[in-house]
Amino acid sequence: MRALVWIIEDTWEDTVDEAAAFLPTDAEVTLLHVASTEPETLARAARRGLLGRQRPPDLEQPLRVISEQAAHDLLADAATRLGRPARLDARRGRVKHEVVAAAEGMDFLVLARDGDRERLGPRSLGPAARFVVDHAPCGVLLIWPDVAPALTTIPPPPPPGTPPPESPPRG
Amino acid sequence: MADGVALALALVVLAATLGVAVARPPYLSEAVAASIGAVLLVIVGAVGLSEVGDALSDLGPTVGFLAAMLLIADGCRRDGLFDAMGALMARGAKGSPTRLLAFVFVIAAAVTAVLSLDANVVLLTPVVFATAARMRTSAKPHVYACAHLANSASLLLPVSNLTNLLAFQASKLSFTRFAELMALPTIAAVGVEFVVFRRFFAVDLKRPRHAATRPARPELPRFPLAVLALTLVGFALSSVVGIEPVWFAAAGAAAMTIPALARRRATPLALARGAEPGFLIFVLGLGVIVQAASGNGLDTAVRDVLPSGSSLPDLLAVAALSAIFANLVNNLPATLMLVPVAAAAGTGPVLATLIGVNVGPNLTYVGSLATLLWRRILRAEDTDVELGEFLRLGALTVPASLVAATVLLWLALKV
Repeated sequence: MRALVWIIEDTWEDTVDEAAAFLPTDAEVTLLHVASTEPETLARAARRGLLGRQRPPDLEQPLRVISEQAAHDLLADAATRLGRPARLDARRGRVKHEVVAAAEGMDFLVLARDGDRERLGPRSLGPAARFVVDHAPCGVLLIWPDVAPALTTIPPPPPPGTPPPESPPRG
Repeated sequence: MADGVALALALVVLAATLGVAVARPPYLSEAVAASIGAVLLVIVGAVGLSEVGDALSDLGPTVGFLAAMLLIADGCRRDGLFDAMGALMARGAKGSPTRLLAFVFVIAAAVTAVLSLDANVVLLTPVVFATAARMRTSAKPHVYACAHLANSASLLLPVSNLTNLLAFQASKLSFTRFAELMALPTIAAVGVEFVVFRRFFAVDLKRPRHAATRPARPELPRFPLAVLALTLVGFALSSVVGIEPVWFAAAGAAAMTIPALARRRATPLALARGAEPGFLIFVLGLGVIVQAASGNGLDTAVRDVLPSGSSLPDLLAVAALSAIFANLVNNLPATLMLVPVAAAAGTGPVLATLIGVNVGPNLTYVGSLATLLWRRILRAEDTDVELGEFLRLGALTVPASLVAATVLLWLALKV
């Protein structure tokens, strides 16, 4: 069995623990991290807003280097925590597309909910995880970081005859 | 040359210069583009030599002031002040992204106000990015916070933003009076940002609790902090002792650079680069180009549009128009066009103009004309920036910040 474990910064420990608990010991595990280029682009956009300034390149600690080093360290820590051999896959770019591409040829994808973790419901999936769950070309194990919220967090059903609610604006 | 033709020509040159400044082609720097544009306008007679002299002598002290502040910020970087701030944020956050955001707000606002928005965007933002990466949390809310505060917190002091320096020169306010009047508007603008950010990024800022190792208390470099403190005291006392604030900035810059030179921690060339000569030339060239446009009828047009009163509706209209203008053409040319007219109308309008041109750019950062170019760049870089999210955050913060800041400016002027 080939399994892909997609980790993100905030919830990597829980994802790795659940993967270790659920995946059979003979599974070929790949740990995946995708660095979003969004913050780097935002930082660069703000600099472009400062018209006319030019800094010599040696002054600029390239954000890309910081990001790649952080991803490398994170994957190494995740491999240690997993406690069994795993292939490490560090990618960068459009996160959700990269995850789906990395899942090709896999039997299983393990990922964590990346949205509102306080209550059960569609908002518990952020835009990236929702896209990945919708498009994954393999089976998916979707975990709750920490413990799953109680069933009481689901709002009571609307009285009969109420139109269905609109889908949440931020997915 | 007929005024209409000269005005049209000046506007074309302005648009071309801004185009170069945004697109940054490798074969033409913005300083050269602005200089060529300015010389061209002189040659064709769109602007007279005496007007050029006036524009340059008006801008000269401001540009010198700016150079001194850039040198101070560069010295703070050399002495490790920004890295120490990163360590301070990491320690204060105690592993919580929400607490990190609060620290980023305080530090980014302080750096912007005291060392200018350039220092925030160029020197602090990479440190914040690295701090979030080390904390293993999404850098997005924190980088967005730096970018927004570079604009919103740049209202406080004349040195916080080049736009303020330009208006400060024109307004004849004292340094302390400027800060007094802009203190409440700054608090309002930053406060609005914080409330919106906490809600907008609520999901990104929550994460499961795990034991986090707390970094050691960082050693804050004392020397640059002392120079900054003394420079600020000098600014505050400038009107009392009758010395222009620019001289305190120059003294601060000397205090930051001379020891570094003596100890060979910086070369003269590196120091000269730290003052960004290309940028200073760009500002001067842009000043001449805008002078050509203003002298040929643009100032009359601005005067017709910009309210000159100091009532609350007038100030709100000035701030809104300035924000729109800053988003159309970028805030630097917008300030050069609006400030002379607003300064003639009085303290209220000129400070309301600053609220507009400083806070407004959070809608598009570079100005919407430039955003067209920027979008092309974004597409070329294969990034996952959600333009919709970027614009929504601007739409949620900018109008509310503008209104809150302007209302408090109006109150401050009444007291």
